[in-house]
Amino acid sequence: MNNDKDIAILGVGMHPWGKWGRDFTEYGMVAARAALADANVQWKDVQFVAGANTIRNGYPGFIAGATFAQKLGWSGVRVSSSYAACASGAQALDSARAQILAGFCDVALVIGADTTPKGFFAPVGGGDRKNDPDWQRFHVLGATNPVYFALFARRRMDLYGATAEDFAQVKVKNSRHGLSNPNARFKKHNTVEDVLNSPIVSDPLRLLDICATSDGAAAMVVCSMDFARKHLGSTDGLCRVKAVGTVTPRYPQSILELPDIASDSTAVVPAPDRKYKDSIAWSAYEQAGIGPQDVNLAEVYDLSTALELDWYEHIGLCAEGEAEGLLRSGATTIGGRIPVNPSGGLACFGEAIPAQAISQVCELVWQLRGQAVGRQVEGAKVGITANQGLFGHGSSVIVAR
Amino acid sequence: MSETLSRVPIIEGWFTDDIDAPTLIGSKCPACGTYVFPPRTGDCPSPLCESTTLEPTLLSRRGTIWSYTENRYAPPPPYVAADPYQPYALAAVELAAEGLVVLGRVATGILAADLKVGMEMQLELDVSHRDDEHEYIVYVWAPAAPASTAPVASAGGGRS
Repeated sequence: MNNDKDIAILGVGMHPWGKWGRDFTEYGMVAARAALADANVQWKDVQFVAGANTIRNGYPGFIAGATFAQKLGWSGVRVSSSYAACASGAQALDSARAQILAGFCDVALVIGADTTPKGFFAPVGGGDRKNDPDWQRFHVLGATNPVYFALFARRRMDLYGATAEDFAQVKVKNSRHGLSNPNARFKKHNTVEDVLNSPIVSDPLRLLDICATSDGAAAMVVCSMDFARKHLGSTDGLCRVKAVGTVTPRYPQSILELPDIASDSTAVVPAPDRKYKDSIAWSAYEQAGIGPQDVNLAEVYDLSTALELDWYEHIGLCAEGEAEGLLRSGATTIGGRIPVNPSGGLACFGEAIPAQAISQVCELVWQLRGQAVGRQVEGAKVGITANQGLFGHGSSVIVAR
Repeated sequence: MSETLSRVPIIEGWFTDDIDAPTLIGSKCPACGTYVFPPRTGDCPSPLCESTTLEPTLLSRRGTIWSYTENRYAPPPPYVAADPYQPYALAAVELAAEGLVVLGRVATGILAADLKVGMEMQLELDVSHRDDEHEYIVYVWAPAAPASTAPVASAGGGRS
């Protein structure tokens, strides 16, 4: 399944996730140096830096590509800075991939890092911004991010018979997966009782159903297959990026998604057959020329436990309404047919927005190389990520070895 | 005391301040007929339509619950939370004629345990919060009175 649209992932690196409140660039530098060392590439040889922006850390966050190029030492390198909310990291990867496939550069550094405030995410910037939909949803409705997560959770309960215990079992599984992950923030094995005894935040979701916000950083060094061949003498056994799906919705977006106050109208144009979050993964499958039956593991965006169940269906691991059954069967636990979030997922990491989509790809690389100590999916050859961002963003990356 | 406060909408132009039959104000494309909420001017959102104008329109007052939740903790500003804070529900309600799902607060005192996907809801008005001079009005969803007990049913006699 190799083709001329492949690029190679030479190296990956992360700074552990946590809540330290230090400058985000400190974390990013640790991740960048780790990825360069893993790739055995010198900073002076990097020709392109694709940064994923953070909007909560002032100007350096809005120009992440340049910020890290300067931190690593100005070298004349070209840069891009991507913002696509939670999909920013994948969009940065896509930017680097396009540069490489177009022949404009051979080797690129993809990087994202964040420092997050405590508590609920609130609109960025102060004042009454009455025309900003983000301001409107908080002021008029009090619609926090967990409100939207809860709407999806409640639908699973009322339509498919999901229970609070099903949601808790997702946390139990992911907390076990992440126990020995050196980059995870939360390394505690939670029980169903732990989850059910935590306070309800947005009914039916409890504190332990909802992911935290974290500090963290992830980076990777990607290159053309020609560069990889010269650098290593061979491309055998290299992890290849087979697809980066970054589609936006098709009108009408009939599902009420974060941060919208209403869906699009289906009165005149019917809703597309493939709903938006399904189309994200399917666009990646089409690029890679494979289907859900070909993947060995998935890293999906468990902003809440219930959203992980939605993702089972969006990425085609089971039909709509069958995710609880798939979870209960053990198929998505390490050792099962299709382990989901072997890294521990957002349940163990919390979300460091611009780094998160990159960290998902880092995990695929460690898994496919057989380096995921204590959480290894045996014999994994193909992995998929799926991620959702606000304002019509989302991403799915397929990596094969 | 409350009669000295002036009654103002929490946000301009999203709903009519009609105590008996409040209605959401959306936009409608004069060319293709699609709907938009919250209301706005400018281009039609449909990629199949080239209209550059939208016109204000009133939306259906009744719809069915697409999903719902309940905020157990006070949302952060710019939400204005009462002190002490009281949990409240939110519902996303599907309006059949317009093909829209509209998120709104649920009327005070009605919580998640009182709701179900598919339940019929109706638009009402509630007080969001007050300051020294104003009473801020917000649209809310409330369980619709069952059709069988609505006054129109007895007036309609043997229609069914």
